[in-house]
Amino acid sequence: MFLINCPFCGEREQSEFKAGGEAHIVRPKQPTELSDDEWAEYLFMRKNIKGVQFERWNHVHGCRKWFNVVRDTSNDQIKAVYKMGEKPPN
Amino acid sequence: MKKNLRVKRSKHIDETYKISFKFNGKLYYGFKGDTLASALLANDIHLVGRSFKYHRPRGIMTAGSEEPNAIVQLHNNSPWTEPNVRATEVEIYEGLEASSQNCWPSVNFDIGGINNFLSPLLPAGFYYKTFMWPASFWEKYEYFIRKSAGLGKSPTKPDPDIYEHRYIHCDVLVIGAGISGIISAKIAAKNGFKTLLIDEKPYLGGSTIYQNSEYFKINNQNSGSWLEKEINEIKKIENLEIKTRTSVAAYHGYNYLLAKENLTDHLPIERRKNKTRHKLLKIRAKKVVTATGSIERPLIFDNNDRPGILLSSAIKKYADLFGVACGEKNILFTNNDSAYETAISLIQKGINVEAIVDNREKVDSKLIYEVEKNNIKIFKGHTIVNTYGYKRINKISIMQLSKDGQNVIGSKIDLSCDCLGISGGWTPAVHLFTQSGGKLKFRDEDQVFIPNAYPSDQISVGACNGDLTLDSILVNVPKSLKDFLNIKNNVYESFEVLSSYNNSKRNIWLLPSDKILGKTKSFVDYQNDATAKDIKLALREGFKSIEHVKRYTTTGMGTDQGKLGNMHALGIISETSEAKMGELGTTTFRPPYTPLTFGTIVGRNVGEYFDVYRKTPIHEWHVKNNAKFENVGQWKRAWYYPRDNEDMFQAVQRESKAARESAGILDASTLGKIDIQGTDASEFLNRVYTNAWSKLQIGKCRYGVMLNEDGMVYDDGVTTRLSENHYLMTTTTGGAANVLGKLEDYLQTEWPELDVYLSSVTDHFATISVCGPNSKKIISEIFPNLDLSDKNFPHMSFKKTKIGKIHCRIMRISFTGEQSYEINVQANFGKSVWEKCMEVGKNYNITPYGTETMHLLRAEKGFIIVGQDTDATMTPIDLQMDWIVSKKKYDFIGKRSLYRSDTIREDRKQLVGLLTDNPNEILEEGSQIVSDINKSPIEMLGHVTSSYFSPNLKKSIALGVVRGGKNMLGQKLIIPMENKKINVTVTDPVFLDKENKRLNA
Ligand SMILES: [Zn+2]
Repeated sequence: MFLINCPFCGEREQSEFKAGGEAHIVRPKQPTELSDDEWAEYLFMRKNIKGVQFERWNHVHGCRKWFNVVRDTSNDQIKAVYKMGEKPPN
Repeated sequence: MKKNLRVKRSKHIDETYKISFKFNGKLYYGFKGDTLASALLANDIHLVGRSFKYHRPRGIMTAGSEEPNAIVQLHNNSPWTEPNVRATEVEIYEGLEASSQNCWPSVNFDIGGINNFLSPLLPAGFYYKTFMWPASFWEKYEYFIRKSAGLGKSPTKPDPDIYEHRYIHCDVLVIGAGISGIISAKIAAKNGFKTLLIDEKPYLGGSTIYQNSEYFKINNQNSGSWLEKEINEIKKIENLEIKTRTSVAAYHGYNYLLAKENLTDHLPIERRKNKTRHKLLKIRAKKVVTATGSIERPLIFDNNDRPGILLSSAIKKYADLFGVACGEKNILFTNNDSAYETAISLIQKGINVEAIVDNREKVDSKLIYEVEKNNIKIFKGHTIVNTYGYKRINKISIMQLSKDGQNVIGSKIDLSCDCLGISGGWTPAVHLFTQSGGKLKFRDEDQVFIPNAYPSDQISVGACNGDLTLDSILVNVPKSLKDFLNIKNNVYESFEVLSSYNNSKRNIWLLPSDKILGKTKSFVDYQNDATAKDIKLALREGFKSIEHVKRYTTTGMGTDQGKLGNMHALGIISETSEAKMGELGTTTFRPPYTPLTFGTIVGRNVGEYFDVYRKTPIHEWHVKNNAKFENVGQWKRAWYYPRDNEDMFQAVQRESKAARESAGILDASTLGKIDIQGTDASEFLNRVYTNAWSKLQIGKCRYGVMLNEDGMVYDDGVTTRLSENHYLMTTTTGGAANVLGKLEDYLQTEWPELDVYLSSVTDHFATISVCGPNSKKIISEIFPNLDLSDKNFPHMSFKKTKIGKIHCRIMRISFTGEQSYEINVQANFGKSVWEKCMEVGKNYNITPYGTETMHLLRAEKGFIIVGQDTDATMTPIDLQMDWIVSKKKYDFIGKRSLYRSDTIREDRKQLVGLLTDNPNEILEEGSQIVSDINKSPIEMLGHVTSSYFSPNLKKSIALGVVRGGKNMLGQKLIIPMENKKINVTVTDPVFLDKENKRLNA
C-alpha cells in the first residue's frame, strides 16, 4: 500500500483513496456532434502504460476531492500530485 | 530403548525446568528453552513425517523457519489445533501435543510409501498429466490424494483465541537480530532514530550468540560473549523497541511491512485464556534495514533426504544452543569451511565426529588443521554417491570426484553413521528484499544472488547482503549504516576481529553419481518431492522459463517456498540449458515469508465485527416485532414479519394483500438521500437524469433514471423540489454511496462552473412509507391540519408539516402503485412517528411489510429494481421506459450512447412480463428463457429477473429480459428446468392497474 500526498490534506495511506482511471480525458462538449467512433474513443479507449501514467484519484475517505497523480505503474512511485484543472507537470 | 542425547549444559536450556509433551501419542520430556525439534532429537527421534508425493520417511532437517520436512499438527481434534507448523519453531510447553501429518495411518507404517516404489510412474508434471483426464475421475483422485498426502487438517471448531492488529510507525525498522541487526539497531537508536528491532526467534543474537569458538573473536572476546554484552546494552536504549517471536511476513512498497507477533504460542494452553495470541503489526517505516542473514544450502546427491540427514549448521546449533547431539556417529559432508565449524563445536562437546567428506581438493584453512589435529578422517575431493537406511541413515558411500567435478572415479568407500550433516555454502536470505520490489545480481565467485538496486528507502546488511564472514560484517555494516542514515556518530570504533573462515567453495549444483541420473533420487525440493531428474525432464519437455519449470515440477511451491533448494534448481537449469545464472532470474518470493494463521489476518474482524452494519432508527421495533432481516449492502433491512407459524411465502402473501386492501407500512429509511442546493441545481439535475427538470414546480416530485456514459441504467429514484434552489434526491439503498461519488466526480471534474452543493443526508432522516387505500385516512388522523385532498396534495407532490414539534416532510409518491405517503422525519424521531402510525393505523389493519413484499408489490405494477431487473447492459429503452428519456434535452450523462450502433439494435435483451400457462407455477429467478429446445445448441434468449406469486392477481407473475422481447408480446416461450419445461407467454411488464386508478382512488 502506497502513500498518496493529497493536495488538500497531505500524505495519507492508499486505503483512504479510490483510483479513478486515466486523467485528462475531457468529456466532449457536444457529444451529439460525434460519430460512433469518436464517441467510442472517449468512452472506451484508455491507456494501460507500464511506466509513468497520469491518473485521477479521489480522497474518498477524506476530503472527497478529486485530483491528479503521476504514478510509475512499474514500481508505484508517485512523481507528482496536482489539483483538477492544474496543468500536468512535464 | 531410550537414549538421552543431551550432551552438555547450554545457557539457553534450563535443565531444572522439565517439560513433558506428547508426540504421536507418546510422552516425552524436554527442557525449558527447547523447540519441539530439539526435544525430539534429544530423545533420538529423527523420523517425523512422510514426504508429499513418494511418502518417503523424512526427518528434522534444519533448526529454523526454513524447515521443509518437520511439519506437524498441534493439538489434533481440539479447537487449538493448527496444521503445517514447523517443529523447529515450536517452543515446547507443558501439555504440548504434536503429531506427524503427512502419513496415513502412521509415520512408521505409511500406505502411501508404496508411491516410493512406483516413483518411475510419478515423474514431473505427474499431477497435470494423470489427474487431469478424465475430468469426472477427479473426485476419486482427490479423495485418494487428500487421505494419503494430507497437508494437515483444518480445525473444525471455532478459533478460541483472540487476535489483534496494530499500526506501528518508526524511523528505522531493523529486521533480524543477528549480529548485523544488533549493530544496526544500536547505531540507529544511538543516533536518535525511533528504532524497532524484530526477530522471528524467541532470543536475540542469531547464530553468533551461541558462537563460542576460539577461532572467531571480536575485541579479544568470543564473538558470542561480545554480542551478549551488546544485547544487554541495547535493551536499555529508550528509543529502541525490541520484539522477539515476531516474523515479517510481507514487505510491500513504500516501506509498508506486515509482521506477526506471536504472544502466547509458547505458553501452556490454560495460560493463554483472555490473552491476545497473535498480533498483526502493520509497520510503516521511514527506513528499513534488512538483516535477515543467510540460509545454509544442502547438497544434491542420491538419497539425500533420509532421516538423520541435517544441515551442518543445524547440527551445530542443536549442539551449541540446545545441548543436543543429533547422532552418536556423525559424518559431515561439505563444499566449504562451515562444516569444520560444526566439527569443532561437536568435538568441544565430546560428540563423536567420524569423518568429513569435502568436495574440495586442497584448502589452506585454520579450521581444517584444527579438525585434523583431532584425528578426524577428512576425505578431500570426495563426494557422497549414495546413502542407506530406511527410517534413519546408517551408511554412506563415497567416491572421488573427477577434476572437473562432473564424474566420480576410483572405487566406492562405505562409511557407517547415524547422522549426516551437509553444507553446500550459504544463500543470502533476500526474500523480503525481493518482495519489496528489489532486483538481485548474481555474484559469480561464490554463486549467490545479492541485492542490487533498492526500490525504497532501505538497505540490506550482513549475510543477506552477501557479507558471509564475521570480518566482512564488522567492516561493512557500520560503514553502510553511516551512509544510509547520514550520521556523524559511528557508535563503534574499529573492531579487532579474528575470523578463521576460509571463503573457498567448490560449487557443484548436482553432485555426480556412479548411477545414471534416471536411477537416482536427488532431492532439490524436499517438501514437494521434486528431484534433479524432474527438473531435467521438464527442460527436456521444452520448459524454458524458470517460472514454468517451477510450476511443472512444483519446485519451491511448498509452504517453505523452496528456501533450501531453489538455488540448486536454478543451478541445474543453468547447467543443463547452458544459460547464465544471472540471466535466468529467480522465481518470485511471495508473501508471507512464513505462513500466517487466518486469525492473524482477520484480527478482531470476526462475528458481528466482520463488517460494519447499519441499522435504521426503527430497527429495534422491527426486532421486537419478530422481523426477519436481510442484508442490503451494509444495511440490515426488515425482510418480512412472520406471524405465528407463517413461513416466508405465507407472510409475504398476507402482507401484500393487506397493503392493497387496506394499509401497509414500510421502513424506507435506507433509501439514499442527497441534499442538493445551489443556483445551478436544476441545470445539474438536467444533466444527470435522462428526463427534464427545469420545469418541475416547487413542492413537486419527479421520478428520474440516471445512466452511465455508456447509456446503461445506473440508478433511479424520486427527487423533490423543496424550494427554488433546493432539491432532495433519493437513490436506491445499495447505490447511495456510488451515486453521491459519481455526482461529486462530475461536479468537480467536468462541470466545476456549476454552483451546486451536495450533502449525503441518508442517516439524518427516517423514512416511513404508508400505503394502501386507507393510507389517506391514517395520514389525516396523524396530521389533522393537513389538507390531503387530491387537489391540494396530489400524487407526486410534497408538503412540510409537523407532529407536535417534530418537523415532517411528506411526499405523496408510490413504489407500490397504491396511494402512498412517505413521511421523512429527523432520524431520532423515526421510531416514535412509526409507532404513532401503527397506533393510528390499528383501526385499518395497518400491516408492517418488509423488503420482500415491497418487491412483490412493485413487480405487480411492473416497476423495475435497478440491479435486479437490470445489470450493466440495460438501457432505459431496453426497459421499455422510452418515456423517461427526454428527446428535447441537448445532452445528459449517457445520452450519446443511446444511439450507438449497438444500443439501437432491435434484438437487444429487453424487459418483458412473463405469465406461466399454469398460474400456480412460480418461476425461479435466474432461469434461462428459450424458444426452441429441439435445436442444438439451445439458444438462450434471456433470463427471469423477478418472479412472485401475486396474491392480488391470484397468479404467478414474472419479469424477465428477452432478446427482441419488445416485439414478442403474446408469444410462447419455454423455461427449461431440470425435470420439466415450463411454458410461458410474453406480456407487458405492468400486470396490475395499467390505468393508475389506484393512485388517486
Ligand atoms: Zn484529501
